[in-house]
Amino acid sequence: MNTNTTTFALPARVLHWLMAVLIVAMLFIGVGMVSSVSERHAWLLAIHKPLGIAILVLAVVRLAVRWRNPPPPLPADLPALQKLAAHASHWLLYALMLAMPLIGWAMLSAGGYPVMLGDSLRLPAIFPASPVAFAVLRHLHGWLAALLYLTFLAHMGAALYHGLIRRDGVLSSMDGRRAATAILPETVDAARETGDAEPGDPA
Amino acid sequence: MQKPAVPQPHSSRAASWVLIAAVLALAVAAIGCVGGWLAPHRLTPQKLVDQFQRNAGTFPGYRRNHAKGVCVEGYFDSNGNAQAYSAAQVFAPGRTPVVGRFALPGSNPYAPDSSVPIRSLALRFTQANGQQWRTGMNSMTVFPVATPQAFFAQLQAQQPDPATGKPDPAKLAAFFAAHPETAAFRAWAKTAKPSASYATERYDGLNAFFFVDAHGQRHAVRWHVVPEATKADSDAARAGDTDYLAADLARRLQQAPLRWHLLVTLAEAGDPTNDATKTWPDDRRSIDAGTLVIESTTPQDSGPCRDVNYDPLVLPDGIEASDDPLLPARSAAYADSYLRRTSEEAHLPGTAAMDAKARGEAR
Ligand code: HEM
Ligand code: HEM
Ligand code: HEM
Repeated sequence: MNTNTTTFALPARVLHWLMAVLIVAMLFIGVGMVSSVSERHAWLLAIHKPLGIAILVLAVVRLAVRWRNPPPPLPADLPALQKLAAHASHWLLYALMLAMPLIGWAMLSAGGYPVMLGDSLRLPAIFPASPVAFAVLRHLHGWLAALLYLTFLAHMGAALYHGLIRRDGVLSSMDGRRAATAILPETVDAARETGDAEPGDPA
Repeated sequence: MQKPAVPQPHSSRAASWVLIAAVLALAVAAIGCVGGWLAPHRLTPQKLVDQFQRNAGTFPGYRRNHAKGVCVEGYFDSNGNAQAYSAAQVFAPGRTPVVGRFALPGSNPYAPDSSVPIRSLALRFTQANGQQWRTGMNSMTVFPVATPQAFFAQLQAQQPDPATGKPDPAKLAAFFAAHPETAAFRAWAKTAKPSASYATERYDGLNAFFFVDAHGQRHAVRWHVVPEATKADSDAARAGDTDYLAADLARRLQQAPLRWHLLVTLAEAGDPTNDATKTWPDDRRSIDAGTLVIESTTPQDSGPCRDVNYDPLVLPDGIEASDDPLLPARSAAYADSYLRRTSEEAHLPGTAAMDAKARGEAR
């Protein structure tokens, strides 16, 4: 078991906040570019593709970090339904941060486009050319982007609920302040330390 | 920093809930703002493509513009002359395979070939390194307008009046009066005649691009292809025949491949790169970059060009977009047209069915 179970490991926290910024930015970039005919469409798309692939790589690294550093357990007094919602939404976020770039890459492959990440960097096709597959994947890319944004909203709302209303240490387990105050004998800390996280359990 | 480890007292809880709700509302508003929900006047790719459908009808599975056409295949033999200006592999001496498409502008796939005096040629070059160059060219020397907003206004002015089934002449006159930049195109259109063959036409890229050479130096260019064939088969366009272009092309290709020369014109200081309504002076240097050879043709509903989006911003290393505002608008609108027609091919729920107008044409 990990030595410190009240906070996420530093690499996990760094990755969480870096990817939070990147993923939210990607959603704005995507929505902005498909609703524009100006030069914004071209330059946003030029950022969108390499940044999306970078998110795919970071997500894989992040899951590896998570596997090496199991996350702290949720507060023991959290109602079971809320725990379930937390776990399910975290897995959904992981699934979407892997699926979105893969779908973007696959849909361009299916559309017969060269998958260019810059002037000369080209990724190989990961799907055979097919108009039907292109159409399905392109719609999926849009719908799952909407689902990702809604899940992000719920996640951010929940984080603020923990931080402002429950004040149970969940928010600080990710924002890093917990590390500085962990020596204080806090009831919630005690509750969290007795939690029962399994290494593979998404907290 | 000391922080309370116990839940908040009731009094400030309400304030916290309000804060959370405000943050979430702000996040929803922000994405809506970027997506243009609060800016209904913003021109979007969807609005452009909707307007094509409004003008001609909705024909499922077909391109929303340049709907009538045929696929062709062949290759480009580069002679290496353009290599000094562009590092793109396609300009190194050698052969690059090409999938192309001849077409008529307009959104009706059943339009008679003589209904417009313009033909188009789109090409997709697939380089050995996997990068592609896609270009769409029209058989005219200038584009009527310089911006997507003006193009949208033109499409709106051309929308048939339900009473007459024809565009309202007053609206067209008002559009041209408000857009003096259309003068060069209108002067050209006065003398233009529908050609009897795709093979005898010159096709112009119209938009400017940058070639980037091996040293990273950029050169503003435009390109066009000029045919080796000059003799149009005069009885091809027999009265009453509405589909003579595809037949003429097939007949010619049965005898021999067709050839065009790819000419790249180099701009000089001060030549506009952002205005497709203006030609560059005649004395600008043109390089003959090689020969486009078209060997075969297939119908567009089964040929290899069907599922290609000739997006002019699919470019290899060595060619870059210019500041021409038509280019990103084309890229965005073609993507939307492509999504609509591939969704229709996939029979996805909610995709367009043939509307009444289209059924009338298809009869
Ligand atoms: C975390 C990763 C990603 C996110 C969150 C994301 C998000 C989005 C969003 C929100 C849209 C607009 C969808 C719509 O309104 O229909 C979009 C469109 C698009 N995305 Fe992504 N995307 C991601 C990764 C990628 C990747 C890796 C690629 C390609 C390599 C890609 C290629 C595209 C393309 C080509 C479009 C459509 C552009 C157009 O139709 O003009 N995306 N994306
Ligand atoms: C303002 C934005 C955000 C805040 C305040 C926030 C806050 C948090 C907090 C406090 C946790 C820890 C939950 C726990 O103790 O179990 C967490 C976990 C997590 N967050 Fe965020 N987050 C934000 C944005 C995002 C975004 C945009 C994503 C990805 C799309 C994301 C993905 C995740 C995931 C997957 C976990 C679970 C970590 C794990 O168990 O491995 N977060 N977040
Ligand atoms: C803002 C201005 C323009 C708009 C909105 C527009 C729109 C369209 C659309 C929606 C298509 C169908 C794309 C598809 O489904 O694959 C198309 C095709 C085409 N356009 Fe444009 N266009 C514009 C300007 C131009 C210009 C300046 C040229 C000439 C240089 C041009 C040449 C072509 C050609 C050749 C095709 C047919 C491509 C093929 O055969 O697949 N367009 N256009």
